[in-house]
This record gives sequence, structure tokens and C-alpha cells, in this order.
Amino acid sequence: MPLIFDIALTHIAGRGRQTLVAVIGVAVGVGFSIAMAALMQGGQDDFVRQLVDTMPHVDITDEQRTARRQPAEDAFATVAISGLRPRDDRRGIINPTAATSWLESWIPGRFAASLKTQGVIRFSSREVGAAIIGIEPEREPGVSPIVGNFVEGSFSALAAGGNNVLIGDTMASRLGAGFGDTITAVSAEGLTRNFKIAGLFHTGTTARDEGEAYVLLKNAQILSARPNAINEIRIKLDDPDRAPAVARRAEAELGYKAVAWQEANESILEALVVRNVIMYTVVGAIMLVAGFGIYNIISTITHEKARDIAIMKSLGFPESDMRRLFLLEGVAIGAAGSVLGGLLGVSMTYAQSLVRFEIAATGQEMTRLPIAWSLMHYVIASAFALGSAAVAGYLPARRAARLNPVEIIRGAS
Amino acid sequence: MSALIETEKLTRVLPETVPVTLVKDITLAINEREFVAVTGPSGSGKSSLLYLLGLLDRPTAGTLTIGGRDAEPMNERERARTRLSMLGFVFQFHFLLPEFTARENVEIPMRKLGRLARPQMRERAGELLSSLGLGEHLDKRPDQLSGGQRQRVAVARSLANDPPLILADEPTGSLDSKSSEQVFAILENLVRERGKTVVAVTHDLDMAARMDRRIHIVDGKID
Repeated sequence: MPLIFDIALTHIAGRGRQTLVAVIGVAVGVGFSIAMAALMQGGQDDFVRQLVDTMPHVDITDEQRTARRQPAEDAFATVAISGLRPRDDRRGIINPTAATSWLESWIPGRFAASLKTQGVIRFSSREVGAAIIGIEPEREPGVSPIVGNFVEGSFSALAAGGNNVLIGDTMASRLGAGFGDTITAVSAEGLTRNFKIAGLFHTGTTARDEGEAYVLLKNAQILSARPNAINEIRIKLDDPDRAPAVARRAEAELGYKAVAWQEANESILEALVVRNVIMYTVVGAIMLVAGFGIYNIISTITHEKARDIAIMKSLGFPESDMRRLFLLEGVAIGAAGSVLGGLLGVSMTYAQSLVRFEIAATGQEMTRLPIAWSLMHYVIASAFALGSAAVAGYLPARRAARLNPVEIIRGAS
Repeated sequence: MSALIETEKLTRVLPETVPVTLVKDITLAINEREFVAVTGPSGSGKSSLLYLLGLLDRPTAGTLTIGGRDAEPMNERERARTRLSMLGFVFQFHFLLPEFTARENVEIPMRKLGRLARPQMRERAGELLSSLGLGEHLDKRPDQLSGGQRQRVAVARSLANDPPLILADEPTGSLDSKSSEQVFAILENLVRERGKTVVAVTHDLDMAARMDRRIHIVDGKID
């Protein structure tokens, strides 16, 4: 229907200011929904990413879900045994070589075994309780977030061998020790060993920066007098969403507790669901408000054109042409507004991504607003704008087209 | 001479809480090449009759035959089609589409009908406007034209598809006497020279006296 198309374009072009206001109205609605969606989604993605990045996706420890059956319980058919002195099991993951080679064979990702033991770090008469973690430097970078967060020294210093230790910067300042100083580590078994500080890291997680000391696995085994023992296998998967399945399989095979990150953070993820609901409500509300704005502008234009509808009907245009005409005008304004709104959305989202914050009290940590760039935001916002523009053009036009032209002609005279 | 448009007991009642009778039992026949005046006091129903004749409104009772065809069973589309090809309207106010030039306004009914090729439409619109003395104003928009000029554009538009019947509702009602005379002369010329039938509602009795026939309406009935 090229004639109707022509008339629609002339209508739109003929009233530049009004059209501009309508297009800008649509564009602002679309732009703001996009920018808000990018911000909300970005915040959430960033949160989950930090969660997923800072912790292993699956953590296998030497614990078991249920208390171990004692041999006495198997030997006597009794209801309960009181005063039983439990058998002292060897701690750690039994047969670590078999466990790791089995994992190696199927895990879609990387893993690292380690030995975590509680101890005390001592330096110039100050003491700090710490988790002393023995790691394999060749495997650790695949699973640990500390590798890239060094303030001084670097992770590779550990790989060089020797009695080196990596500690958090907060722990260092509590000890009063600096890079290159030699500290003393005391294990729960009472063994003592000296280590040279070969690196200071800062992850932003206080518990880590203040309470973790990384040494070679071999040194940790010596310090805790448990040769060849490991008590934790941390797994990073290529796809974090597969963690629960991997954890289930590992737990079934190895018999040790394997915790997926989703399980470890259940309460946080529950909170995220609530946050999601809030996010979609807010973005939906913005779109709804924008939709009403679009409806308002376009239906006003259509109402103003009631006289033209009467004229064209008197000339011999059927009602269907009139509906099509204003539907077309609404869609054209909606489309122009969506394009402009998309550009507005891009620039607003970009502007948001430039906003910087100083978060840590020390002023070292700079963070940008987390932004999600998603084509879906643009598609949804545009579709919504087009939809409301079409409805806003169609509904009043349908009414006006049904109206007897006589009433409009009479009203004008 | 055959009747171009015939009515039999044409009645139109507005379905309000208190029904308002606009037109009551009008029976008339208008022949080809007739120049007919419809007169009457204001509110008598003369415009309502014109809208019924022009298929812009539907009667509540009675029959209307246009070009030998009964209008009653026509649906909205067919009525629109009939208006497009058989009828031309001229209203008291010009009712041109404000965003389009004089020539485009005249072209629009032709384009809707689609009987001619685009260049011919353009040519015909130019000819029609020139014949009404608007040859220099083809590309002006309505707001750049005077009242008399606009009304002449409206006349040209009513002629666009060469319909046999022109319906005019107070065509000179909002014009000064000089422009009125001009528009009247054009309408008269349509009947005398171009063989059209013109039915014009007017309250100007002098003008009515100069037409072929006068239908006087009082209270919705022929007086």
C-alpha cells in the first residue's frame, strides 16, 4: 500500500517538532530501560563472577558428610555404645595419587591438591594465627585467585623452590614484616620452620589477606608431619554451572565431601533470586512507564488527526486504510525511537561504565560500575517500544476510523 | 433523463436517550446534469440529508439508490469505493490535508482509485487546478492559500476521479462575497459545461434561486 505509506511519511515529516518530541519520548524510554537493565544485570553478573572466581567451583576436603562408623559398632550388635573412644584415623585424603589421577581422567577443567593446616606465623615477637596452605605451584595458578593479585614479589617465586612463603599484605602489616623478611611458622604439631617472604598478595578478601600463608606442598607436609598427605582438592571447571554434577560424581567415587560453589553459597544465591525479581520489576516498571509515555504521545497525535481521518473517509478511503495508516505512523515513530533509544542506551551504558568508585578505606581499591552489555536488552526494549507504539497508533485510529465522519465534520463547523 | 440518485422515505434518527430525528421520510430523485439547491433554516436537517446522499451516513429507514444501485446492502468497503468513484465532496471548510500541497491533495483520491498511471495523475491534477485558476499555486500547501483558493482546491479534489455527482455542504459559507461568487460560478460551470450533477446545501436564497431546482427542508422534511 504505497499510498498509505506515502501519507504516513508525509504526516510524520510534515510535523517535525511533534514527531521529534514523540521520537525523543520513545528514545528516552528505550534508552533508560537499556541503561538500567545493563546496570542491574551487570551488578548481578559481577557479583556472581566474584563469587565464582574467588572460590573453587568444587571443593573436595577430607571430611565426610556423616560421622565415620566405628569398628566397635560393626563388632557388636548393640543399640548404642557409650564411652567409646573413637579410632584415630589417618587424616587427609587417603591415596591422593589415585584420587588425583582419577580426577585427571575426566574433569572438564583444572584442579590442584593442597594441604591446609592451622598454625601460627611469628615475626619479631608478634604472632598471627594463619591457615598454612601447601600447594603445588605448577597446578595452583589454574584454581587460585591469588596468583594475579601480587603487591610485591610474584607467585612464581614459590615455584623456584626453597623455603619461601607468600602471605597477604594485611598479615604482613600485622606482623610488621616486609618483603624479603624471614618469618617463623609454627604448626599445630609444634614443629617450627623458617620461611622467607617471597611475595605479598592483596585479594580484597580480608580473611584471605590476613589469614593465609602459601608454602610449597612439600614444606607444609613436613611442617605438619604428614608426608605425602593432602586434605583438599580444589577444582575449577570450564563451565561453573556444571559444578553440582561434578561434585556429586566426585563425592560418590572418592567418598569425601565435595562441595559445589552453589551449595557453599546457597543463601547468597537465594538472595540473588530475590534480587532478580527486584531487577525485573524495576526494569519492567521503567518499560511500562516508557510504554505509557509512548502510548500517550502517539495516541495524542492520532486524536489530533481525527479530522484527517474524516476527510479521507469522505474521499473514499475505507476504515481499514485508516487503521493501517496510523498503525504505520505509530510503528515508524516507534522504530525511529528505538534506533535513537538504542544509541542513547549505548552511550548511557558507556557513560556508566566510566564511573569509578574508591571503595577501600585505604583508597587503593578502585572499582568501576559493573555493566552488562547484552543484545537482549536492546531487543527487548525495542520490541516493547515498537509494541506500545503500534498499540498506541492502532487503538485510537480504530476508534477514530469507526467514528462517523459526519460527527467530525459537524464538530469542525 | 435517468435519475442519478433516488431516495424513498429516507429517515435518519440519532439513537440518543431522547431520539433525535434528523431527516424524516424524504423521497426525491435527482437527475443527471441537475444543479440542485438544498435550503432550509439551520438545524433543519439539510446537511444530514447531504451526508446520507453521500453515503457518509446510514439511514435508519428508507432506501437510497445511487447510479441504479441500492446502497442498503453495501458494506463499509463498497460504500467507500462508491464515494471514491462516484461522489465528490466540497465542505464548508475546505478540509484539505494540511501536510500536502494543492496538487498532492487532488492526486490522493486518484491514487486511491488507481485508475491512472502516476504521471497522468500528476498531469490531471495540474489541469484541474489550472482550470480553476490555481495554475500558479500547484505546489503550495493549504496554509499558504487564501480561503477562496483552498475552496477551489477542494472543488478540484472533488473532481479528481471524474465523478458524476458533486455534493457541496455550504461551499461558500465561510467565504467573502467575491470568492463566493467565484466558487458558485465554478460549480455552475461544472453542471453546464462538464455535465456534472451538483447538489449544494446553502442558506443563501439568492444563490439558490439561480440554481435549477430548490429542495426546501424544514424539520427534516421536504417543505
